Amino acid sequence: MKNENDSFHTMKPFFGKELVVVNIGISPFYDDLKKQNIKATHVDWEPPAGGDQEVVALLDKLLH
Amino acid sequence: MVTKISIKKNQYRDSVFLMVISEQARSLPGIVEIAVMMGTDNNKSLMKGVGFSGSDLDSARVNDMVFCIRGESQEAVENALTQVEEMLTRRPRSGELADVHKTLDAVIRERPETNFAIISVPVPFAARETKKALNYGLNVLVFSDNVPVEEEVELKKLASKMNRIVMGPDCGTAIINHVALAFANAVTAGPIGLVAASGTGLQEVICLIDRAGYGISQAIGTGGRDLSDEVGGISMLRGLDILDEDEETEVIVLISKPPGPSTTEKILKRVSKSPKKVIVNFLGYDTGRISNSGAIAAGTLEETAYLAVATLKGEPYRYKNFGMPEVEMKRMVENETERMTRDQKFIRGLYSGGTLCDEAILILSSIVGEVYSNVPIQPNLGLQDLSKGYRHCCIDLGDDHFTRGRPHPMISPEIRNRYLLNEAKDREVAVLLLDVVLGYGAHMNMAGALAESIKVAKSKAESRGQYLSVVASVCGTTRDPQDFSSQVEQLRKVGVVVMPSNAQAARFAAMIAVKLQSKFRT
Repeated sequence: MKNENDSFHTMKPFFGKELVVVNIGISPFYDDLKKQNIKATHVDWEPPAGGDQEVVALLDKLLH
Repeated sequence: MVTKISIKKNQYRDSVFLMVISEQARSLPGIVEIAVMMGTDNNKSLMKGVGFSGSDLDSARVNDMVFCIRGESQEAVENALTQVEEMLTRRPRSGELADVHKTLDAVIRERPETNFAIISVPVPFAARETKKALNYGLNVLVFSDNVPVEEEVELKKLASKMNRIVMGPDCGTAIINHVALAFANAVTAGPIGLVAASGTGLQEVICLIDRAGYGISQAIGTGGRDLSDEVGGISMLRGLDILDEDEETEVIVLISKPPGPSTTEKILKRVSKSPKKVIVNFLGYDTGRISNSGAIAAGTLEETAYLAVATLKGEPYRYKNFGMPEVEMKRMVENETERMTRDQKFIRGLYSGGTLCDEAILILSSIVGEVYSNVPIQPNLGLQDLSKGYRHCCIDLGDDHFTRGRPHPMISPEIRNRYLLNEAKDREVAVLLLDVVLGYGAHMNMAGALAESIKVAKSKAESRGQYLSVVASVCGTTRDPQDFSSQVEQLRKVGVVVMPSNAQAARFAAMIAVKLQSKFRT
């Protein structure tokens, strides 16, 4: 699951030249990033597998 | 009394959105209690705690929306349900639609240059999403709280292995590459870098630096548990590495409550190896021990900020209790105490910021003695009854007890206004001590929202021949969305003494209490 465009272990300066943010969850955090003109995306997150944690754990095991 | 529980299957909404809706719905006619929440175990036990029960509630799952309503009549309950359903359909969303996705995988496909994630999903899934983000090579801020400590350690170790950092869980504030994340202030860019295990502690220091005319390179949050011996300061040590290497950072500041004993040793040892000047504030910790490590020790958050600025300028610094001349402070104390009566003795701090509350307790107790609290510095000074103040006390209204299922007092003025008006009824109260925290995420006009209650509180005291002093500090900058100056102005207009920092506000409140003691000694 490596981010191909990232120089992974050698990102310098540490946080990269430009912060590009993904906000997963509470939407006002995304709105505030937009107000600051920051490159940001929002994940309109929902619990996976209908929120059934046992199914989620099973799926995670099968996929990894 | 009529009670109704209604479940909407597979209707996930985030907790902040639902809290705001619940808060609005509480003022609907004939409604006694209302909660709209997702069916997590934590939320279900909260609802049971306020008397809602039934098999529907038991069977609700994490992506089922649960409405618990108690009202004076069937009509009131049905009306509230209809209104809340309507509020839900008006879900506000800004930004461009193209920037909204369903999963992190889709985001990375669309924008592979993504390098940072903010995660605020319910606890059972927070660690899972964080791991996913780390595996994509992102640095992560985890806002979600109550993540089990063993998961925190696992995530932080994984991040270190991958040359990344996890800020949090329970990290509310950070400034990375000059971008304000979550509840952060809009500050000037500059050469001072910070790592902090404290949200409002970090905010107070960066705002004071900004208002002194200097700037911030990075402000890295670690989450409040990072410096416990269980976690061992993994993120603070990582933050130190990052700031040591960061070319923009010239001076480093570390802020935390006193860390665990072995972690203190680890951090101070690491500090002594830093090529840069490091200022350390472990609130309430022996400053002598910090100095021995070669770090510059600071006692208050204000001293931390001004020491950082002086160190940057290469100038010596001597901390002063007040920014204004002593004679002016004495005159202000005279003014505030002039119309107070013999039975007015006590200071009541009503705080929205946890670290600001801790700092006030430390300062007050060094001057007036015992200070009670829901977050006491000594276990024997815990408040027995959290519904009201007792003797000298400071209540942290942002603590879990008050925020379970309710909006934080930085977002909503409701709980503080309630306490403010209640304390004003007490003839023994001399001073109300407050903080107003600005920045992204915070209420857009907290000073205005508190000012109305302050006016009522002061006139209540006046009607019984007393004078109620209200002392506050505003943690913010002129570039914050709320604008620092206009917030200060709104408080001053209703007779609040606004001090330049939380430390000075606490000290001024203590001066009033001391003056009253001597004035009515006979």
